[in-house]
Amino acid sequence: MGINRRSFLKIVGLSALGVSSGAWEVLQPGEVDAAHGHAAAEHGTKAAVRWAMVVDMRRCKEEKGCTKCIDACRLVHNIPVIDNPKREVKWIWKEGYEHAFPDTHNEYMSEEFKEAQFILMCNHCDNPPCVRVCPTKATFKRPDGIVAMDYHRCIGCRFCMAACPYGSRNLNWVDPRPYIREVNPEFPTRMKGVVEKCNFCVERLAQGLLPACVEACHCGALLFGNLHDPESKVRRVLRSNVSMRRKPELGTHPCVFYLV
Amino acid sequence: MIEKALKGGPRYWAWISFLLLVIVIGFMFYLRQLSTGLGITGMSRDISWGVYIAQFTYLVGVAAGAVMLVMPKYLHGYKRYGEIIIFGEFLAIAAVTMCLLFIVADLGQPMRLMNVLLHPTPNSILFWDMIVLNGYLLINLIVGYNTILAMKKNVPPPGWIKPFIYLSIPWAFSIHTVTAFLYCGLPGRHAWLTAIMAPRFLASAFASGPAFLVIMLMIIKRVTRWSPDPEAIQNVARTICYAMIANLFFLCLEFFTAFYSNIPGHMHPLKYLFWGLWGYNSLVPWMRVSIIAGVIGVFIMLIPPLRRKEGFLILGCAAIVLGTWIDKGVGLVIGGFIPNPFEKITEYQPTLPEISITLAIWATGFLILTVLYKMVIYLKERDLAVE
Repeated sequence: MGINRRSFLKIVGLSALGVSSGAWEVLQPGEVDAAHGHAAAEHGTKAAVRWAMVVDMRRCKEEKGCTKCIDACRLVHNIPVIDNPKREVKWIWKEGYEHAFPDTHNEYMSEEFKEAQFILMCNHCDNPPCVRVCPTKATFKRPDGIVAMDYHRCIGCRFCMAACPYGSRNLNWVDPRPYIREVNPEFPTRMKGVVEKCNFCVERLAQGLLPACVEACHCGALLFGNLHDPESKVRRVLRSNVSMRRKPELGTHPCVFYLV
Repeated sequence: MIEKALKGGPRYWAWISFLLLVIVIGFMFYLRQLSTGLGITGMSRDISWGVYIAQFTYLVGVAAGAVMLVMPKYLHGYKRYGEIIIFGEFLAIAAVTMCLLFIVADLGQPMRLMNVLLHPTPNSILFWDMIVLNGYLLINLIVGYNTILAMKKNVPPPGWIKPFIYLSIPWAFSIHTVTAFLYCGLPGRHAWLTAIMAPRFLASAFASGPAFLVIMLMIIKRVTRWSPDPEAIQNVARTICYAMIANLFFLCLEFFTAFYSNIPGHMHPLKYLFWGLWGYNSLVPWMRVSIIAGVIGVFIMLIPPLRRKEGFLILGCAAIVLGTWIDKGVGLVIGGFIPNPFEKITEYQPTLPEISITLAIWATGFLILTVLYKMVIYLKERDLAVE
């Protein structure tokens, strides 16, 4: 028995529906990516937790040349130390103002400001372009807002690196293991050919610990907390200070804020 | 039919051996890339796509270009293309195969390629590119295979392939549109964030694909007893001319928008490519040659007495292939990454292994093309003998 006209039409109709809903998702990237963030918030079903970081540059400037946060991250996450800037892997690093916030600097700013080294990391965007473009869902957004990665699923196509407007993503151009100074057995090392980036210390949060960089900072320049809790530390400082985010015009909604 | 590709003179075998040699050398470098990682290429944290993805982008255009023969023949009943259309379809097969090989060569973890199918992700344009490219390959395999089978038996191609031929027309547009979407939907990459990326890609494709085909046909004319209808070739040349003018026009539009608006982010990549930026200028000679070649190509194709001289026709087509290749195969991808998101510049220089792998993939494409064309030529020469 072959299929009759009725069941044929059913199949055609259903597959047309499938294709069009796929196309609909492409046109509505914000909804797909931020299903747990934005959309949930708009419908009043806010996720309980939305992690965010506040970098208080006024405090960070106090100790010039300090790399405590960067060192802590390197130790905890087995980050290789590769001297070649073309091959390097970095999850958290420093950059001058005109590089961290391009197009916003002017020549009349104070010397202090011009010299400040801003702490940069993945912005864990509410609407992350990297998640939108990943063809395997190897990078994905968790309900708590963290943009995470599955290193075992990543095919190394580097579409996410082209899509990230913040230069937060790294490919392991070579096997990173020989470049790891001290292996932390608690966290996986990565292999060549996969992408990685800051994960907001998701593995430490699960144990009720603060991110390693926040814990390591003795100046109190890094604040971490829940954006969806009006009484959290991050919400309180954001309420009482003027803050800025990197490239807000791109609509990615970064969840790393800067106080200057 | 494939056995016809095993018969040939010493020149034919010298060509095949040369291609195989290039493939073997490139394959050995690829094995090294597999064991060492993409670190053996010139790509970097800042320039994270290089010559592989650039060749892929260019060749999608060459593949799509075949539609410039299919459309007049099947939508407008232009009979003169009947003789040469199979060459266009086979060119598409070779070009799409190269595209797929370049994608695989570019992956950091090629063994995980099937993850794209295991975890289908419709919000990724790469997912749709996979579908349209493989679909286009399949359509051209079905049409090409049945066409050559019919040629062999001296009968018209079966009627049931007609829908596939009609489908191939929008599909050809789709492959290059989707490929443009890979680039033009990314925030923060100013050179790519332009709504005319897809039309620009299509214009360049409809110039470069047919120009490539004309060169192939002129080579076939010299090395075999069969020769294509000169009037058909002239008509292809007209198409190339219009498409290339559109392509150069679109480039002018990019310049106008960037420089009249005076927005630094939009001007930077163009400045880098054509004049140099902040002391970096390694692509400037390339991009200027690209413009000059494009203009020369258009000039030759525009003037009928020039275009009708075979030497000039080949020169014009070669200039257009070169101009569009530099534009898409060199400038487009690298220009999109410069300056980087921190407004710093890292330049890119492909390495020897990278270039060898690239050449090997091109050689694979030429090998496929040679074998396919050899079968067609056998049938064309057989028919000539009968006449």
